[in-house]
Amino acid sequence: MKKIEAIIRKSKFDAVKKALHETDVNFFSYWDVTGVGNEKRGRVYRGVSYSTTDIQRRMISVVVSDEFLERTIQVILEAAHTGSVGDGKVFVSTVEEAYRIRTKESGGDSLI
Amino acid sequence: MEVNAVLDLMWIVVCGILVFFMQAGFTLVEVGFTRAKNTGNIIMKNLMDLAIGSLGFWLIGYTIMYGEDVGSFIGVPEFFYSVRDDMHNLFFQTVFCATAATIVSGAIAERTKFSTYLIFSLIITTVIYPISGHWVWQGDGWLTSLGFIDFAGSTVVHSVGGWAALVAATLVGPRIGKYVDGKSTAIPGHNMLYGALGVFILWLGWFGFNPGSELAISGDSANNVAGIVITTNLAAAAGAATSLFLTWMKYGRADISMTLNGALAGLVGITAGCAAVSPGGAAIIGVISGIVVVFSIEFIDQVLKIDDPVGAISVHGVVGAVGTLCVGLFATDGGLFYGGGFGQLGVQAIGVVAIGAWAMITAFIVLFILKKTLGLRVTEKEELEGLDMHEHGIDSYPEFGSNLDK
Repeated sequence: MKKIEAIIRKSKFDAVKKALHETDVNFFSYWDVTGVGNEKRGRVYRGVSYSTTDIQRRMISVVVSDEFLERTIQVILEAAHTGSVGDGKVFVSTVEEAYRIRTKESGGDSLI
Repeated sequence: MEVNAVLDLMWIVVCGILVFFMQAGFTLVEVGFTRAKNTGNIIMKNLMDLAIGSLGFWLIGYTIMYGEDVGSFIGVPEFFYSVRDDMHNLFFQTVFCATAATIVSGAIAERTKFSTYLIFSLIITTVIYPISGHWVWQGDGWLTSLGFIDFAGSTVVHSVGGWAALVAATLVGPRIGKYVDGKSTAIPGHNMLYGALGVFILWLGWFGFNPGSELAISGDSANNVAGIVITTNLAAAAGAATSLFLTWMKYGRADISMTLNGALAGLVGITAGCAAVSPGGAAIIGVISGIVVVFSIEFIDQVLKIDDPVGAISVHGVVGAVGTLCVGLFATDGGLFYGGGFGQLGVQAIGVVAIGAWAMITAFIVLFILKKTLGLRVTEKEELEGLDMHEHGIDSYPEFGSNLDK
């Protein structure tokens, strides 16, 4: 089992969600994240200019069995892509075990 | 009661109700232009200065302002004013008084002690505002005798609040993080929608503030009232449009909060002369107000380094003064641009300076004493974590995660 964590553009979230569903990855979590990067945005508030390095993105976290791994990654790489700087990143890590609380199933069965 | 008298009384009551609702506008503007962690504190200040002002003005303020004149300076105070056929005037003047008090709240938002603010509210509504108001509106005051024109209170109401706010914001000092290495930093407000709704409500309420100050609607007053509605609306529109284009040119973006301030500036600017100028004059006063407010906000923030989160000092104090002076220029009867010479302008200037000095000196005395006794400011920890938690024990947006800034 692997955990895939993808930081993507918020504007690409719907496309990624649809693509994941189409490839039968139906369960995942997401949340909004704020990151810091090289980019600076100049702003003016009431006559005072200031700049912010804050970047708003969305993080998706999905745990899949090994057989789903490759296509899930490919689907995200494809659907979240614009080609401009700031498209985001995908991280993959190993998950030791997973359980479904209702049935007490474990392993790959608990994921679908 | 005779029909015309009933109409006049009804008009005063209806307009008083509109002015009352301006308190909601002030609350929204102030909440919108500040941070979420202080929302509840701002609600409480705006609610309670209305409540305390209503009590204080009835207790003694109204008669200090409108009681029998003593030396052209002050009315004879009487406790608990309750002349039955004058209750409409008490109501109308009470909501004006509360307006002056609430202006101060915005300039000192996010760092001022709630208890101290309540005491100051009581003093401004029972002493500071009624005495200078007496000079202009009681009929026998010394500024009335000079011929000073402040129809609905650019100076009597708005400047008094604005200058008191200037003193208060100076004495209480800037918010933590506002000036870093001597440079002004931006502390964006947390909800532009609240700010905008507040301005819409204030604009609406001003149709009670200015046209209501005719204090009648029967007979010839009907056309005067209609004329004042138009001068009020045109000045607000011109103020907003001017601030919009000015900030658009200066900052490269159509600035929301400054444009909102521009609309308010137009309204404050026309308040003194709304019955004395033509629609064209009103539009020009709006343009002047819209320009003045932008430069004034930047000057106070960046040069004087006085932290005024909502721009109250500029909108009400500075533009109130400018609007009052504009009567001397644009009054169709006696204004400089209408061949009236400098006489009216000179009188206007005397009124602006006298009432400005009165408001600043009295506010300074009161606030300085409060600073040395109770203290004006919350502690650093309270300010950083938000006044909602420390002054009121609740988070105003509990479902949206804690606002605690640790």
